[in-house]
Amino acid sequence: MPQVTLTVNGKQHTVTVEGRTLLVELLREKIGLTGTHVGCDTSQCGACVVHVNGVSAKSCTMLAMQADGANVTTIEGLAAADGTLHPMQEMFREHHALQCGFCTPGMVMSAIDLVNSHPQGLTEKEIREGLEGNLCRCTGYHNIVKAIAAAAPLMHAK
Amino acid sequence: MPFEGIGASVRRKEDVRFLSGRGNYTDDINRPGQLYAVMRRSDRPHAKILGIDTAAASAAPGVVAIFTGADMAKEEIGGLPCGWQIHNKDGSPMAEPPHPVLAVGKVRHVGDPVAVVIADTKQQARDAAELISIDYQDLPSVSSTPDALATGAPLVHDEVPGNLCYDWHIGDKAVVDGVFAKAAHVVKLDLVNNRLVPNAMEPRAAIGDFDTSSGDYTLYTTSQNPHVIRLLMGAFVLHIPENKLRVVAPDVGGGFGSKIYHYAEEAIVTWASAKVRRPVKWTADRSESFMSDAHGRDHVSTAEMAVDADGKFLGLRIHTLANMGAYLSTFAPCVPTYLYATLLAGVYTTPVIYCEVKAVFTHTVPVDAYRGAGRPEATFLLERLVDCIAHDTGIDRVELRRKNFIAADAFPYQTPVALEYDSGDYQTTLRVALENSDYAGFEARRAEAAKRGKLRGIGVSTYLEACGIAPSAVVGSLGARAGLYEVANIRVHPTGSVTVFTGTHSHGQGHETTLAQLVCDQLGVPLSQVDVVHGDTAKIPFGMGTYGSRSLAVGGSAMVKAMDKIIAKGKKIAAHLMEASVEDIEFANNTFTVAGTDKSKTLTDISLAAYVPHNYPIDVLEPGLDETAFYDPKNFTFPGGCHVAEVEIDPETGVTEVINFTAVDDVGRVVNPMIVEGQIQGGVAQGIGQALLEAAIYDKSGQLMSGSMMDYTMPRADNLPNFNVATENTMCTHNPLGSKGCGEVGAIGSPPAIMNAVIDALKQFGVRHIDMPATGPKLWSIIHAGQAKMAAE
Repeated sequence: MPQVTLTVNGKQHTVTVEGRTLLVELLREKIGLTGTHVGCDTSQCGACVVHVNGVSAKSCTMLAMQADGANVTTIEGLAAADGTLHPMQEMFREHHALQCGFCTPGMVMSAIDLVNSHPQGLTEKEIREGLEGNLCRCTGYHNIVKAIAAAAPLMHAK
Repeated sequence: MPFEGIGASVRRKEDVRFLSGRGNYTDDINRPGQLYAVMRRSDRPHAKILGIDTAAASAAPGVVAIFTGADMAKEEIGGLPCGWQIHNKDGSPMAEPPHPVLAVGKVRHVGDPVAVVIADTKQQARDAAELISIDYQDLPSVSSTPDALATGAPLVHDEVPGNLCYDWHIGDKAVVDGVFAKAAHVVKLDLVNNRLVPNAMEPRAAIGDFDTSSGDYTLYTTSQNPHVIRLLMGAFVLHIPENKLRVVAPDVGGGFGSKIYHYAEEAIVTWASAKVRRPVKWTADRSESFMSDAHGRDHVSTAEMAVDADGKFLGLRIHTLANMGAYLSTFAPCVPTYLYATLLAGVYTTPVIYCEVKAVFTHTVPVDAYRGAGRPEATFLLERLVDCIAHDTGIDRVELRRKNFIAADAFPYQTPVALEYDSGDYQTTLRVALENSDYAGFEARRAEAAKRGKLRGIGVSTYLEACGIAPSAVVGSLGARAGLYEVANIRVHPTGSVTVFTGTHSHGQGHETTLAQLVCDQLGVPLSQVDVVHGDTAKIPFGMGTYGSRSLAVGGSAMVKAMDKIIAKGKKIAAHLMEASVEDIEFANNTFTVAGTDKSKTLTDISLAAYVPHNYPIDVLEPGLDETAFYDPKNFTFPGGCHVAEVEIDPETGVTEVINFTAVDDVGRVVNPMIVEGQIQGGVAQGIGQALLEAAIYDKSGQLMSGSMMDYTMPRADNLPNFNVATENTMCTHNPLGSKGCGEVGAIGSPPAIMNAVIDALKQFGVRHIDMPATGPKLWSIIHAGQAKMAAE
């Protein structure tokens, strides 16, 4: 079976996978990082979003072998070593942008990429359209949109 | 100490773990030596199973075992039980056909599990499941609700004639018919409440873990009510006594009702774990969730209101068909009866009501409670009917509502359909909602939109619901096979920190925060020193779980009662330590004082004495500071309010945009306003989803056409507006907190507000009613037919 070598949250892993193993399966089952979730089987919900080489990707829609040599960041890799939350995590908490927490990891990872890719700032409409690939069943998105709007200036100020 | 008690919008205690990827959902749990289960499900709506050939699958790599319904039948495994028995008009019990865990003899809906494959990896189990060869003889099927009762319709269960589960009614038909005969107006409306798929973001999962040394079973499962699962599965399906069965519902990623029920897969993995003597894990794919999680709603109704010349409602007459699906899910029968028909008075003084409900079996996924459960169906029917009355009589729709409201000074108010409302103020919630939505300024906005070529409409819904379920004796008399009290254990530790063990379950509601705030409030313990434990039958004395917006009203009340016991015992200890009479001891702000003196002891002084009882009234008082209370509610609670929706429809596409959504709800005492607003926002989003986007659609052949997230339209961020949410609260009069519940109000009040707005936007085309969902293609057709008709005239 093929081997994949990749860096996840700064740590290198070499893992034996099946050809059909998905990146999310590698993360959850081989490396034990269960913060990345699987909410659907049609690339619709975005619960599995991680960053691959700094850009958001649905890890259920990517073979593990495609991540060979890649630098992957998951929700577990966002906070500082001392536990200080990333501004996006902090704003999600401040604005009550999560309820059951299941969509949250993917939502946060997508939101960070959305802010990163809009250094000029984001309108509410752009935030809502930018979340098109992430489903949340609990919040109605109202507080997620607020959290992202609040996090954007904090992230750009860093 | 910062203000953290009742009324504080403290940030949630559970959030850091969820935001850091350290939640512990069922699929995150892995047990040593664990195997994986994959279900082989029926792809036919209705067929005889002539044979199941598992030879090739058994020989596939990694396969440890394959079980079918016949294997379970050999061991006298019971069917999945139904928790509520409805009686027919003639007093006979409803039809209650067997619900085998794995299909026996026949499959009855697409998704019905036929066999389970257990293998070393999930991929191996999945590969092997495809190698099972099932010899089916296809049979004709029926999936639509009205077709189920048609003469000659295919029978879902041979022993249930006409597919009729029950024929139930409430009210006096002769009296209501008499009122209709003399009424100035009779306004009639036929309507459908669309079938929905709950789609909590976490798919269901279950791990059975049989301990070969003790003979104990543990089930980890995505459940809203682990004790209920232990009772149902242990007593009725697998015959495992409670002391040998532990059910753990860890972090659960949303429920909305769909995770109340005892599902086949829970029994399968628990039973199979003992057979293979290793833990067995099953996790649903989303496609599997679509065809195995209980669906919601699916009513077809005719509603008629008798109205006098001034617009006063004189009598209501309803006929409803409710789809149960292929089998009775755990609480299915009560949804279209006691959670629906008893709500048909709504916020109005309608003096007489008659409602008959026929529940039918079809070859579809079982239908059960989904956020609101019966109450959204009642509310949609009533609030659409009221707008139709306004349409037909020419009376303003807001005035019509005001004219018929139960007055704020009329409580307690006995409705003609069994319920006695304790409190409410519908004029106020309406008035504030109209102010907050600038209802008065709407016509200018409509005109402005028209200049942009958009059709703008506004809709109002004034509603109430019954939750905080429920008084055990009352529900018992109505057919419930359970009590609906709640349980709390409050453990004050020796150094004064507190652990709350609650029988309710949090799957997004934020109980770890809200319930801890009750302890801050009553015992004066800082939030950081309070932990809430839920979801484990090995830790919690008992509990009925979370549904029906009951956790605070019932579970919180149990906590208050347990804390009252803590304070009462603490006073006795304090009296001993301070050499005073118990009657003179007062407790406030974490401190026991002797009235009229400066003598005091903190709760920590008392708890330390309770656990280190050196100087202690040991002859008359047990050591320890740990109290349990069971709280059985005295009545339902009755949240209500007013929702106002403002929409714009693009006539070129038929697509509706929700421009403004205003909710003013009465949820009783609010513990954490931030969380309450979040609950209402989420409920409204689901209601807008039902109104505009969502529908579980079966084709004539019995296949679920909207069976994935590519086909079933879930509301996304760009489908929804910001919500203008507020509360105007009256207190519940019969529980110690005054809280009514907030989990379902959003999903109950919003669908008719949206639909009333859509229909208002299209009023120039003479539209009187549209069934949900109001999709773009549906509205485009209505608009273009309307435009063509106007052009022809």
